Amino acid sequence: MDMSAQPDCFHCGLPVPPGARYEVEIDGQAQPMCCPGCQAVASAIISGGMGEFYRYRTGKSVRGRELVPAELDELALYNRDDLQQSFVQRKAGEQREAALILEGIVCAACVWLNERHVKALPGVLDFSVNYSTHRAHVSWDNQRIKLSDILAAINAIGYHAHPFDPGRQEAIYAREKTRALRRLAVAGVVMVQVMMLAVALYAGDYDGMDATLRHFLRVVSLLLTLPVMLYAAQPFFVSAWRDLKRRQTGMDVPVSLAIGGAFAASAWSTLTGSGEIYFDSVTMFTFFLLAGRFLEMGARHRAGQAAEELIKLLPVTAARLDDSGEQRVPVADLVPGDRVLVRPGESIAADGRVIEGCSSVDESLLTGESAPQQRQPGDLLVGGTVNNESPLVMEIEQVGEATVLSAIVRLLDRAQTEKPEVARLADRVARWFVLALLILATAVAWWWWKHDPQHAFAITLSVLVVTCPCALSLATPAALTAATGALTRLGVLTTRGHALETLARSTHVIFDKTGTLTEGRLRYQGVEVFGDVEPDRCLEIAAALEASSEHPIAAALRAEAACALRAESLTATPGCGIEGTVDGQIYRLGIPDFVTALRSPESELAGPAQAPTGVVLGNEQGLLAQFEFADRVREQAAEAVAELKQLGVTVELLSGDEAGVVRRIAGQLGIEHFQSRCRPEDKLARVQALQAQGAVVAMVGDGVNDAPVLAAAQVSLAMGGGTQLAHASADMVLLSEHLPHLPAAVRTARRTRAVIRQNLTWALVYNITALPLAATGYIAPWMAALGMSASSLVVVVNALRLRR
Amino acid sequence: MDILFLLIPISLIIMGIAVWVFLWAIRSGQFDDLEGPAHRILMDDDDPLIPRRPQLKDDDD
Repeated sequence: MDMSAQPDCFHCGLPVPPGARYEVEIDGQAQPMCCPGCQAVASAIISGGMGEFYRYRTGKSVRGRELVPAELDELALYNRDDLQQSFVQRKAGEQREAALILEGIVCAACVWLNERHVKALPGVLDFSVNYSTHRAHVSWDNQRIKLSDILAAINAIGYHAHPFDPGRQEAIYAREKTRALRRLAVAGVVMVQVMMLAVALYAGDYDGMDATLRHFLRVVSLLLTLPVMLYAAQPFFVSAWRDLKRRQTGMDVPVSLAIGGAFAASAWSTLTGSGEIYFDSVTMFTFFLLAGRFLEMGARHRAGQAAEELIKLLPVTAARLDDSGEQRVPVADLVPGDRVLVRPGESIAADGRVIEGCSSVDESLLTGESAPQQRQPGDLLVGGTVNNESPLVMEIEQVGEATVLSAIVRLLDRAQTEKPEVARLADRVARWFVLALLILATAVAWWWWKHDPQHAFAITLSVLVVTCPCALSLATPAALTAATGALTRLGVLTTRGHALETLARSTHVIFDKTGTLTEGRLRYQGVEVFGDVEPDRCLEIAAALEASSEHPIAAALRAEAACALRAESLTATPGCGIEGTVDGQIYRLGIPDFVTALRSPESELAGPAQAPTGVVLGNEQGLLAQFEFADRVREQAAEAVAELKQLGVTVELLSGDEAGVVRRIAGQLGIEHFQSRCRPEDKLARVQALQAQGAVVAMVGDGVNDAPVLAAAQVSLAMGGGTQLAHASADMVLLSEHLPHLPAAVRTARRTRAVIRQNLTWALVYNITALPLAATGYIAPWMAALGMSASSLVVVVNALRLRR
Repeated sequence: MDILFLLIPISLIIMGIAVWVFLWAIRSGQFDDLEGPAHRILMDDDDPLIPRRPQLKDDDD
């Protein structure tokens, strides 16, 4: 095979290892595949007649993987009635329904593929995928098909489905959303009607209109506005009332006062047949405010859903060992003291200690440490982490709420509830403004009541309407919404309202190395041979030894070497390495001590001058070669760092990794400030130290262990590939994983801040000039309404500039 | 202009129907996924109607 033109896997886009010959014919052309998993998935898609998937998809699929029989058994557990109780709804007869979390959805074509494939299964009554949430809803006839068959079918086309219990939170979100949508619908439809009548009435004011008709149109407008007042605008009145009861004045107080006041005045005018009506302003104002809040709610819900997906870290079932042997039980049934068998590749169900076996455990989700950790009898195991190498028997010590995982979730919840303090600042400023406004309006009303009671009401109304902080209250949200939309198109998701404001002020950007600046995958760097051996030959032997291993190093080796050799009688020693026979020779690959132990005492082959440190290969004659592995920095990471520096932001790197690795990466990217071997507490301390000096810290992270640090920083960003929890706590998410979008986000945030300032200045200048005119009776209520709308319009149009 | 006294009430009835249709659409879950349908329309299931290439004869659906 030609080494220079290394093709990428047609299915998942990863490079095809040299020597691999997996192909699938798609649209009449043989396409290369990187592994049997991708090959199986692609064949399943093609033979199912769904080859169009490859034409429509806009992203590369996740690497395919065939299920081993043990995993199929695991799926079969989902058929058990006692387990199904928690997530399956039973309908009439044998019809059942369940909600699934789908992993591996990268584009809309994936949704099409899943729906088409699963719907074609006999016995499946309905299957629909929600593209925004990556959730699926399935209903099936339990007599004709089992849930495990549906899950296996989804696996066959390269996706993973986990049944889950939608839970209470989700139900609340759904109800909240439905309610907001209904209000929006009512306000929107009514607004259109009232505006139409208002145009007729305005025209009538100029050209003259039959008095009966004029009165009729005004009464109809009043009737139309009633549902808006009684139903759609309820949230403003409720929240204003809550504010007043707590003796506060939030933004909703003047909003309610303006809507309520304008409606009351208009209703009075309509009934008495005199004066101006503002029904058009009332409905329009309500509709725009509701629309803004609906968009904000959507972003908030998305963040909350990600947090709920953390339950996915814990397995649903566990193998409990008792006198009669092994038994599969739901995790919820485990109690402290139970003995549980954890097979390689399985997640650990709860916190406990190892009592039998020796293995390595992947704790990267919790600690951010990418290298697997060794666990021996007596060592602690944390629920949610993954057993890598060999079976372990553990004794459960803590379950449910008491586990480390739930503690982290709680920590996060608390941090999140404490956070909006910064966001409330704007509201607090507005509170004084509102209070001043109300006092002023009262004073104006009192003065005119004394001197000219006939005009007192109209003038007070003018004051209230003209100074209605619509422009003021629109100034910030309009700019934020426009900027958020522009950033979302770039692939930067904003989940908190304050994120942009804070990002604009940030003085420090702190990276967490693992997975943020690097690709998060070990890559082969080079080989150093000792003595007279071919480097390529060593590489081939090493790749053959690691051919079926799940270790990160194995994947890196396999990606590099041709699979020409076959290793036999392989035995893995956890934490040390692997031994096997290649061409009749025994070889060992692993840490130096383990490999040199193989060397027979009489061997004469000279070892290396310096003690090797990395992964070495050796046989009975001695050490043969040493392999270098490293995590490669992401594309354009250096440009992104340079650009951030240009923007006047200090870039820092806090990493849990070894000093050498961190220094190398910092050097490559031109980061002057860095710390290595940081535990989460150290990172937190550093962030707090910077904050104590007055710095505004933007933290870019990706692991669950970062969650408290992310929450402590004034503004936090997560990379899209990071864990769901980081998404949940992060204020912004870089879905694109494209680092140059980071300085772009900072720039947009600063432009947003500039626009917000312009808007606020404009709103204040307008209010200050209009107020004396209105208070002295120079502005009629209709002029006030026009001025209010015009100033709001200016603010919105100015904000819309951010979309470009 | 007297016709307006009839037409406007009729428009109110139509508006009522529009609101009812909206509420029905919300209840039936049409607003649950605001992104997917926009893409889904591009991927219709009508391809099996187009004659298949002979090498896919072993297709069993």
